[in-house]
Amino acid sequence: MSHSAHVDLVDYDEAVARFDPVIGIEVHVELGTRTKMFCAAEVEFGGAPNTQTTPVSLGLPGALPVVNGKAVESAIKIGLALNCSIAESCRFARKNYFYPDVPKNFQTSQYDEPIAFDGYLDVELDDGSIFRVEIERAHMEEDAGKNTHVGGSTGRIHGADHSLVDYNRAGIPLVEIVTRPIEGAGDRAPEVARAYVQTLRDMFRALDVSEARMERGNVRADVNLSLRATPESPLGTRTETKNVNSFRSIERAVRYEVSRQAAVLDAGKTVTQETRHWHEDTSTTTAGRVKSDAEDYRYFPEPDLVPVEPSRAWVEEIRATLPEMPADRRRRLQGDWGFSDPEMRDVVNAGALELIETTIAAGSSPAAARKWWMGELARAAKTTEVELADLPVTPEQIGQLQSLVDSGRINDKMARQVLEGVLAGEGSPEEVVVARGLEIVSDDGPLLEAIDTVLAAQPDIVEKIRSGNLGPIGAVIGAVMKATRGQADAGRVRELVVERIG
Amino acid sequence: MSDLTRQSAAQLAAHLAAGEVSSVEVTQAHLDRIAAVDTDVHAFLHVSTESALATARDIDARRAAGEDLHPLAGVPIAVKDVVVTKGLPTTAGSKILEGWIPPYDATLVEKIKAAGLPILGKTNMDEFAMGSSTEHSAYGNTRNPWDLDRIPGGSGGGSAAAVAAFEAPLAIGTDTGGSIRQPGAVTGTVGVKPTYGGVSRYGLIAMASSLDQAGPVTRTVLDSALLHELIGGHDPRDSTSLNEPVPTLVDAARQGALGDLTGVRVGVVKELSGEGYQAGVSARFEESLELLKSAGAEVVEVSCPHFVNALAAYYLIMPAEASSNLAKFDGMRFGLRVEPTEGPVTAERVMSATRGAGFGDEVKRRVILGTYALSAGYYDAYYGSAQKVRTLIQRDFAAAFEKADVLVSPTAPTTAFKFGEKLDDPLAMYLNDVATIPANLAGVPGLSLPNGLSDDGLPVGFQILAPARADERLYRVGAALESALENVWGGPILDQAPELEIR
Repeated sequence: MSHSAHVDLVDYDEAVARFDPVIGIEVHVELGTRTKMFCAAEVEFGGAPNTQTTPVSLGLPGALPVVNGKAVESAIKIGLALNCSIAESCRFARKNYFYPDVPKNFQTSQYDEPIAFDGYLDVELDDGSIFRVEIERAHMEEDAGKNTHVGGSTGRIHGADHSLVDYNRAGIPLVEIVTRPIEGAGDRAPEVARAYVQTLRDMFRALDVSEARMERGNVRADVNLSLRATPESPLGTRTETKNVNSFRSIERAVRYEVSRQAAVLDAGKTVTQETRHWHEDTSTTTAGRVKSDAEDYRYFPEPDLVPVEPSRAWVEEIRATLPEMPADRRRRLQGDWGFSDPEMRDVVNAGALELIETTIAAGSSPAAARKWWMGELARAAKTTEVELADLPVTPEQIGQLQSLVDSGRINDKMARQVLEGVLAGEGSPEEVVVARGLEIVSDDGPLLEAIDTVLAAQPDIVEKIRSGNLGPIGAVIGAVMKATRGQADAGRVRELVVERIG
Repeated sequence: MSDLTRQSAAQLAAHLAAGEVSSVEVTQAHLDRIAAVDTDVHAFLHVSTESALATARDIDARRAAGEDLHPLAGVPIAVKDVVVTKGLPTTAGSKILEGWIPPYDATLVEKIKAAGLPILGKTNMDEFAMGSSTEHSAYGNTRNPWDLDRIPGGSGGGSAAAVAAFEAPLAIGTDTGGSIRQPGAVTGTVGVKPTYGGVSRYGLIAMASSLDQAGPVTRTVLDSALLHELIGGHDPRDSTSLNEPVPTLVDAARQGALGDLTGVRVGVVKELSGEGYQAGVSARFEESLELLKSAGAEVVEVSCPHFVNALAAYYLIMPAEASSNLAKFDGMRFGLRVEPTEGPVTAERVMSATRGAGFGDEVKRRVILGTYALSAGYYDAYYGSAQKVRTLIQRDFAAAFEKADVLVSPTAPTTAFKFGEKLDDPLAMYLNDVATIPANLAGVPGLSLPNGLSDDGLPVGFQILAPARADERLYRVGAALESALENVWGGPILDQAPELEIR
C-alpha cells in the first residue's frame, strides 16, 4: 500500500513559520428525522441491512421523491444558527454519476440554490479567544448507501472479491455546511479546524437536529488545506482530506497536511489538487483520486420536485424558537456563576455543565454544585468508570444534599456519607439521613450528658481550662464528637464546654 | 345482448349497473377477443387472465351484495406497460426489465383496483416510450387494426390498438410528446393528455419527468372523461401533482354531446397546418372546423410563433431528463444483469454490459443526446436554451388563450405509415409529434379524436388543446364534434374499420 511509503515531512512549527495555511471545511451532518429525505422509510441506527427502504430509496422504476418538511425545518434551523440568509426559493438538482451505493445513479442534492447562505460561526478557542469562521452555504442533500467490500485485506474496494450494499443509509437527509476559505489562523489552523467542528457538533445537539455522534458518522468532515508563502500571497493549491471523523483526527490531519505540503513546496514541486484519505492508525494521509475540473456531474434541476419556498413567516417562527447557542449559554452561565475561565473549562470538559445547572436550580450555590461534581462525584465516576451523567444520582438529589448542609442538619463529613448511601442505592438524601441516623444533634440535653461524661473522666483537663489554658478544649470537643458519632455541632459543643467549666 | 366488446365503457357500465350482464361475462368476452385477434395485432405484452377474472368475480359478488360501486366497476381495462403493476410483469417495452415484477402499484393502478376495473393485461409500447410507431419495442411490433402492415402510432401503440381492435374498452396511455394522442389519431380512437400534474406520475417509469403525463385511451370522448375522473386527482407521493380536485369532466362531455357550442371560441393554430400535412389530413381538419361552426362555435386564427422551435427544444429537454432517469437501469438491483464475457467483473463493467445489451438503439440515441446536452460547457447552449424556448412556448399559449377558449390542429401530420418506413430516419419519425409536443412543453391538456378517413382510407385525428387546469373544455368541445361527426358518418368511425381475422 502506498501509505507505508516514505513521505518527506517538515516539522510543523518550522512549516507554519514559513508558510501561511488556509483551511476550508465541509461538514456533513445526518439529520435526526424520523424518515428519509425523500420518502417515508424510517431511519434507525443499526437496522438489519436493506430493511429501511421504500421503492423511492431503492430507486425502483416509477418511484418519485417528496421532500421531508421536517428536514427542511432542520436545515433552516442550522442556517439561522449559522447567521445565514434563508433562500425564499431554492431547488434540488441531480448530481449524475454511476456508483452502486447511489440507487438512482444520481444523488438528489441542492447545487446552485442552497437553502442557506452567507453566514458565520464564532468559534471559541482553547484560550477563550473567539475566531470567526465565515460560512458560504448550507444545503440539503441525501446520503448514499453503504458499501462493504468483502474479501480484501484492507476493507477497501481494491483487492476485494465482492461488495455488499446496504441501502438503509441511502436517502437519509444530510445538511452540508461549507466554509469560505479560513484565513488568518496561522499556526493555530489545526486548533481552529477542530474547534469549528466541535462548535458545530454542539450546535447540532442544542438545535436538536441530530444526535451528532461522531463515532456513528452522524457528523463527517472533509478538510481542505493549502499553503501560501505569506498571508498576502494568492491561495495555493489545495488538497481535500475526506472523512476525518474525530476531533483529534481533524487537528492531526491539518498538522500532517501542513507538514507534507511544506515538504513538497520546499522540494520545489507543486502540490497536486487531489482527494486524500485519512488513516487513523498511522495519522497520515494518502492520495486518492485526482480532482480535476473535468469531473462532470451533469447537474440539472430535479424535475421530479417543485422548488422549496419557505415562507418568511415560517422562517421567523423558527428563528423565534431557536434555543440559545452553546457558546452563548456557556458565557452567560459563567457570568451568572462567577466561575473563573479555567474552572469553567474544566466543567465543560467534564460534561458537567447541565448537571451543575440543574443542581443549582435544585437549591445549591454555584460553588457548592461545582465542588460536588468536580470533586466527590468526579472521583466516583472515575472509580466506577462511568460518565458523570451516568452516576446513579441525579443533580436534583445533589441539590437536596447541599440544602441539608446549608440548613445545618448535616455537616460536610456527614454529607459525604449521605452521598455514599445515595450512590449505593439506599434512596434519596433525606431517606439516607434517616436510615443511617446521620443528623447533627442540636438538642443540648444529650450533648450536655456527653460533655459531663467526658469532663468527669478527665478532671485534670477541667482544671487546666479553668486556669485559663484553653488548649485542651479541642480534645474535649473531639471526645464529645466521638461519643456522639460525629453528629454534634462542634461549635455548639465548644460553647457548652466553656459554659459548663466557666 | 350484442357483442359486448363493441360497446363503449359507458354502455357496459350501464348494463353492469342494471344487472343485465356480469363483469365476468364482459371480462371473458374481452379475453376471448384478445385470444382471437391479438396474435395479429400484438397489442398486449402480458395478458392477466386469472387476476382479471378474479377481480370480475369479486365485483359481481359485491354488486350482488348491494354494495355501492364505482360507475366503472367491472369494466375491464388495459394498462400501458410503462405503468408499474404489483405482481404483473412490467417491462416498459425494454429487454432491460424483462422478467421484473414490481413490488408496488402506481397510484393510478391503485385507483383502478380500488374502483374494481379488471386489468386485462399490459400493452406494448416503444421502449421506455421512446418512439412514434411502437417499432422500438423490444418485444415486436404492434399492428394497426386498420391495416396490419402499418404502425399503430407510438409510443402507446399497444393501448390504442387494443382499444381500436375491441380487445379492451378502456386503456391507460402515457404522453410525453404525443404518445397518447398520435396513436389515437392513427387508430381512430380517442386519447387525452391531461394537464401536467392532473394525474399522478407515481409509478410511471419516467422518460422525461417534466413532460410525462398519463391519460385515458378509449373509443369515445365520454369514456375518456369517465376514466380521466377516475385516475385524476392529487397524490401526495408526486410532488408535481396538482393539489386541487379533478374538474367535472363527465358533465362537460355530456353537455358537449348535446351539440351546442354557442359562445365557444375555437383558435386554429396557424403554425400547425400547411406544409408537411397530408392533403387528406388537412381536408378533414377543415371539414371539422365547419362542423364546429355549425354547432355555434366562433372559429378564429391564432399564431404561436415559437411552436416552430418546439421540436428542437423537446429533443434537448426530453433526452436530458431521460438520460438521468434511465441511469438506474444498471443491473445492480433489478431486471437484466449482464456480466462481461471477458475481463474482470466489476460493478462498472457489469453496468456497462447490462446497458449495452439491455437498451435498444433509440434509447441509446436519446441517452447519448441527453448526456451531451447536460455536459459541462454545453449545458447553457443546449439545455438552458431549450428551457428558454419552453418559456416562450408557454407565453405563446397564454397569448393564444386570450383569444380562444380552445386551440385546435390536426393531431398528426399524416395517417399511419408502413412498418420500417421511418425506422432509419429518426428526424422523419420525430416530425410525427410536431403538433402534439407543444402541449407537453407547456403542461397544457390535449385531446385527440378521430375526425374521418384520409384519401388512403386510414383514420385522421383532430387535436383540441385547452389551458392548464381547464381539461373540461376538451371534453365539451370534443364531445360536440364527435356527435356531429357521428351524425355525418351514421355511427362510430371504427364501424368502418376492416374486420380482423378471427384465429
